[in-house]
Amino acid sequence: MISSNSKVILEVRNLSASVAGIEILKGINLTVRSGEVHAIMGPNGSGKSTFSKVLAGHPGYTVTGGEVLFEGQNLLELPPEERARNGVFLAFQYPIEIPGVSNSAFLRLTYNTQQAHRGGEELDPLEFNDFIQEKCKIVEMDPSFLDRSVNEGFSGGEKKRNEILQMAVLDPRLAILDETDSGLDIDALRIVASGVNKLMTPDNAVIMVTHYQRLLNYITPDFVHVMRRGRIIKTGGKELALELETRGYDWLDDEYQRATPA
Amino acid sequence: MSTTLEALINRPYEYGFVTDIESDAIPKGLSEDVVRLISKKKNEPDWLLEFRLSAYRHWLTMTEPVWANVSHAKIDYQNIIYYSAPKPKKKLASMDEVDPELLRTFEKLGVPMHERKMLANVAVDVIFDSVSVTTTYKEKLAEVGIIFCSFSEAVQHHPDLVKQYLGSVVPSADNFFAALNSAVFTDGSFCYIPKNTKCPMDLSTYFRINNAESGQFERTLIIAEEGSHVSYLEGCTAPRFDTNQLHAAVVELVVLDNAEIKYSTVQNWYAGDENGVGGIYNFVTKRGLCKGVNSKISWTQVETGSAITWKYPSCVLLGDNSIGEFYSVALTNHHQQADTGTKMIHIGKNTRSRIVSKGISAGQSNNSYRGLVKVGAKADGARNYSQCDSMLIGSVCGAHTFPYIEVMNSTAKVEHEASTSRIGEDQMFYFASRGIGGEEAVSMIINGFCKEVFNHLPMEFAVEATKLLGLKLEGSVG
Ligand SMILES: Nc1ncnc2c1ncn2[C@@H]1O[C@H](COP(=O)(O)OP(=O)(O)O)[C@@H](O)[C@H]1O
Ligand SMILES: [Mg+2]
Repeated sequence: MISSNSKVILEVRNLSASVAGIEILKGINLTVRSGEVHAIMGPNGSGKSTFSKVLAGHPGYTVTGGEVLFEGQNLLELPPEERARNGVFLAFQYPIEIPGVSNSAFLRLTYNTQQAHRGGEELDPLEFNDFIQEKCKIVEMDPSFLDRSVNEGFSGGEKKRNEILQMAVLDPRLAILDETDSGLDIDALRIVASGVNKLMTPDNAVIMVTHYQRLLNYITPDFVHVMRRGRIIKTGGKELALELETRGYDWLDDEYQRATPA
Repeated sequence: MSTTLEALINRPYEYGFVTDIESDAIPKGLSEDVVRLISKKKNEPDWLLEFRLSAYRHWLTMTEPVWANVSHAKIDYQNIIYYSAPKPKKKLASMDEVDPELLRTFEKLGVPMHERKMLANVAVDVIFDSVSVTTTYKEKLAEVGIIFCSFSEAVQHHPDLVKQYLGSVVPSADNFFAALNSAVFTDGSFCYIPKNTKCPMDLSTYFRINNAESGQFERTLIIAEEGSHVSYLEGCTAPRFDTNQLHAAVVELVVLDNAEIKYSTVQNWYAGDENGVGGIYNFVTKRGLCKGVNSKISWTQVETGSAITWKYPSCVLLGDNSIGEFYSVALTNHHQQADTGTKMIHIGKNTRSRIVSKGISAGQSNNSYRGLVKVGAKADGARNYSQCDSMLIGSVCGAHTFPYIEVMNSTAKVEHEASTSRIGEDQMFYFASRGIGGEEAVSMIINGFCKEVFNHLPMEFAVEATKLLGLKLEGSVG
């Protein structure tokens, strides 16, 4: 149950951003509190991935206005690795392959970097092995994937599972899942969704970017936002997702146009 | 490229200091008289003077090779000092007699000479400018019959061995730079492993060019008798000067029946500054002859320095069932140019060779792999496997692969694989989004890329090589 006095994790105010000189985000407002699940939906090209990457600090995108507070701190002044260490996690829509770097070495480095930052205990390879075996169970990942190079030759679904495995390792305060459901068959979708559910606590929050209502059958959102042309044009509860499924996005566009004088 | 990536490759050269030592150098320039003078200073027998003179006369008829994928201003061979030795030149009985200034240099270089070496169990020969300064561990090795000394000493004390093998793998007229070396080489390392002897420690040589105008022309000769085994390591550094210096070495390996030489190099000559001013021209001929049956030569090199590297450590697989291996990491940054690779010449039956080359280019550098696999008519059942991978960091560097394959025996099998990848912003961002900063990300990617080669380096060298690549790339990724 969400109570409006739970802690604000993320506060986005009038955020705009551009890439290659083109304005993509045009004034986003969003408040995320601990324990909440937010779904962001919207047609292709509306700016969902851009928004995700801007939050995570991708250097290719330029913030042109607005502000973002993460646990009360100015997020935009931090380089991406510090945002991550502070608890911002992005599961990529298209996870990149890193040939030659073993998944387990990569995971251990990310974990230990995180632990060093939080003042926690770092794990040697043996201890980490025990730790990671447990985490693999959360996404039903075969431990043989640990010995392979990061994402190299993984199928689309395996890459997405690997992203959630990383989420499990890093235990972020805010997880942004960018179309983690796309490219998954129904079984994989169920596994990934149940993994995310297991990782949810009253102290963290999730932003799920998705095209489809079907993910929301497994992870129930507290809020559904519709993004279009770089703006959030409508916010509602989980029933909004169902409405979008039947009616599409255009009616919202018209509604929004009428509500905002040109 | 964003600034982080760039900020990562550009750390200054750490070994760019000059040691203030008096040196005994002859005037610049090259002539028959200079060749005679070098030979005289080194108190050489007549046959060696003749070897030098015939090489010199042949060199005069040759022209510099132009086929390599490198470019540089014309080298003025009359503007080089061909002999420069630290003074005093009296014989040193122990390490304590070495000029303390020189010892400090080696300390700065991280050459662990005294007890540190004892613990590490490595015997070291140190070549400073042109002259070998000292060889540690000589006695301990002598107990098992191993000769490990400077080339000059070998000429004095083991002339028959030197005479038998010098020029037997790389003839003095082999190529322009080998001929030059044969005429003017001043010192180097000599190593002889007797029958059925496994060398009890790694043998190691550190090369250092100190004089601004001197060239370095060292000569290394290693002979592994039947059933013997040796692992040999070589490291190189030089001070930073605005002028280019020439390093033209020759290395010859001879391996008899059932013997093995493992030869590892970490090359970190001064590479020039970020604008391409100064740096060493590293024009080196390295070749090994697998003369006996079941003999084996394994070259492992990590090339990170030099303005220009021109180097093809090769194996002539003469003995039946002999094996040649070449594992290479070549890293270029800024305006460095590397044209490096190997030649595997299969002559004996069932000979096998394996080539693993990893080229890393950053900045405006140019990195070429050039390799020849040649299978002779009698080499029944010969096998080769080659793998050439290139990694690009940034968008203005170049990577090139020039594989040459000549097969004259239909039972031979030759396989070649190649790949090119790029460390880009998205890979860096992936690491960053997991909390890993630029430097660590690059080093993890590069180490992953080079793992197969590093696995073949002795432990101590592998650690050094890993650190070196990190330093070299600092500032180039972002
Ligand atoms: N690197 C880029 N260069 C140019 N245009 C880009 C870049 N990244 C995103 N865009 C453009 O920004 C818009 C939003 O893209 P994106 O955020 O990926 O949308 P979504 O994730 O909602 O499908 C699209 O029109 C896309 O073409
Ligand atoms: Mg997207």
